Amino acid sequence: MSNVIICLFAANGFDRAAQGVSGAGQRLAADNGGRLHAVVIGAADDALQTALSPLAETITSLAFSEYQPEACLNTLTQVCRELAAHAVLFGNDTYSQELAPRLAYRLGGSAVADGIELLPHGDKLRVKRAVYGGKAVATIELQRAPAVVWLRARAFEPAEPREGVNAEIKHVMPEAVPATTRIIERKNEAAGEARLEDAAIIVSGGRGLGGPEPFEDLKALAAILNAQVAASRAACDSGWCPPTWQVGQTGKKVAPGLYLAVAISGASQHLAGISDAKNIAAINTDADAPIFKHCRFGIVEDYKKVIPLLKEKLAAAKS
Amino acid sequence: MNIVVCLKQILDPLAPAREFRVDADKKEAVRGSASLVTNIFCENALETALQFKEQLGAGKITALSFGPESAEDSLRKALAMKADAAALVVNDGHPHPDPLAVAQVLAAAIGKLGIFDIVMVGRESGDWGVGQTAGLLAEVLGVPSVSFVDHIETVDGKLRLKRQTDNGFEIVEAAPPLVVSITNDEHNVPRIPKTRDVMMSFRQPLTRFTLDELGVDAAAIRAGGDYYEVIELSIPVKDVNCEFVNGDSLEQKVEQFAQRVLAITQSL
Ligand SMILES: Cc1cc2nc3c(=O)[nH]c(=O)nc-3n(C[C@H](O)[C@H](O)[C@H](O)COP(=O)(O)OP(=O)(O)OC[C@H]3O[C@@H](n4cnc5c(N)ncnc54)[C@H](O)[C@@H]3O)c2cc1C
Repeated sequence: MSNVIICLFAANGFDRAAQGVSGAGQRLAADNGGRLHAVVIGAADDALQTALSPLAETITSLAFSEYQPEACLNTLTQVCRELAAHAVLFGNDTYSQELAPRLAYRLGGSAVADGIELLPHGDKLRVKRAVYGGKAVATIELQRAPAVVWLRARAFEPAEPREGVNAEIKHVMPEAVPATTRIIERKNEAAGEARLEDAAIIVSGGRGLGGPEPFEDLKALAAILNAQVAASRAACDSGWCPPTWQVGQTGKKVAPGLYLAVAISGASQHLAGISDAKNIAAINTDADAPIFKHCRFGIVEDYKKVIPLLKEKLAAAKS
Repeated sequence: MNIVVCLKQILDPLAPAREFRVDADKKEAVRGSASLVTNIFCENALETALQFKEQLGAGKITALSFGPESAEDSLRKALAMKADAAALVVNDGHPHPDPLAVAQVLAAAIGKLGIFDIVMVGRESGDWGVGQTAGLLAEVLGVPSVSFVDHIETVDGKLRLKRQTDNGFEIVEAAPPLVVSITNDEHNVPRIPKTRDVMMSFRQPLTRFTLDELGVDAAAIRAGGDYYEVIELSIPVKDVNCEFVNGDSLEQKVEQFAQRVLAITQSL
């Protein structure tokens, strides 16, 4: 009764989030004396299977041509029952968050969101997670098995491959179910660009920018630094940039080497998305802005004056 | 279309972090001077519902909350924003019932309210950020769910939902009844009610249900913790000393700032 199942989406490949899920799964299975099984959801991804092969006992590949929630839930429920799952771990992506609570319900288990630490406690699982928009941390004990948890990206270290072992791979063709909901169009906005989650440097803008135009300046600054541009929720809600740029509790969780916050106050919900950044720096007119409590260094000035000069100086130093 | 929008009243999440305290014994935040507000994603849900009704030119929106007596304020505000009706399930027990209990109570209340086509809930709350209400509610009601929706319309008699994904968006076609969770977008920023409508909202009727009236296992919900239990709640300490760049002129300050940026970017 100690088997751990990790559920990963083929479309995301073996990204840092997937590595964290497998690492967490491996340690949890070891702690409980159980086995680690992987489920790959979506069209076959050889790279993902290769990466999982030395980690898991079995890999179950759910060969969907594309994700459809109802069919996926039915098949996942069946697979988790067959593998006698004690814990089921997901990443923090859209589909995982959609499936996890429903899967928990179907399996008679309990679910918890955005885990940052897994603490086995007898035959129960305790999970640490941020609450109150990142102002507090709670330890939650899941009362029903299996424990279904989706994990915060990067909160967990990658797994250690087992030497000379290869997982047994099973292919499961999901049963056709009448689709009650059907995805009829899918659009990826930033196709081709590096993902914010993987960016080494991020230049991020907030409500203090006052409109969409200054984002053009941030893009120019980002181009010099080889950085990605992101935003606070206030800037996204104002329509100055797409929702996919939002960093925070309900946006992307990023972990760059440098996060430069321009005219962002640093609300706890925004900080929740950058807690894994190695260095945070800020430009803000308000020396008391909470962002400065989390910065390595900062400048108390109007961004309108700082950005043009900063661009000039960085460009000069780079050439 | 018969739409139910679920609204949760929470401690204002925008209250400053420095004033935030927790009661370690009760495992909940201390209210202090913070005000109670409607969870913003629930207001996004109501706004999405209102826009959808405007587009249809017909329909009924019922605002529903499960919470303490004070949650009436959230429902009055919803009425002021032009929800058609409001219902409160009075939570006289555990302050933070677990997610499954919440879904069961909401489902029972929706059953009492009559037929529904769409139930809308915020994607998560600004306090406990559970993020499971839509999924569990869909399971309890036995209907499909679509998450992270920011816009709904009908095309050829079918529902079309725009939902945000990690990389962009999807258009999902669905037929009622269903549950959707709503996320924020530039188009569903909640409207500010007119003063007149705020005043009118206090004259409108408000349905009240007790847990017993709903026929749910009230004792279990009052005890809490059957699905999950909060063992500990604490405030993490984080101490970073920010070095403010200085200099006699803006030029000098920016020069210093640029040097520090370069030092980091070159070390990456
Ligand atoms: C449940 C919930 C989830 C949330 N999720 C997120 C999330 O994922 N991400 C997120 O970002 N927020 C999120 N929020 C919102 C969050 O609480 C804040 O409202 C938001 O982050 C504020 O954005 P901001 O810092 O851009 O704007 P503000 O707080 O308005 O700050 C603007 C800053 O700009 C500065 N400024 C103004 N003019 C200038 C100038 N000329 N030069 C320099 N500085 C200037 C000001 O001093 C101020 O500090 C969430 C809130 C809730 C309730």
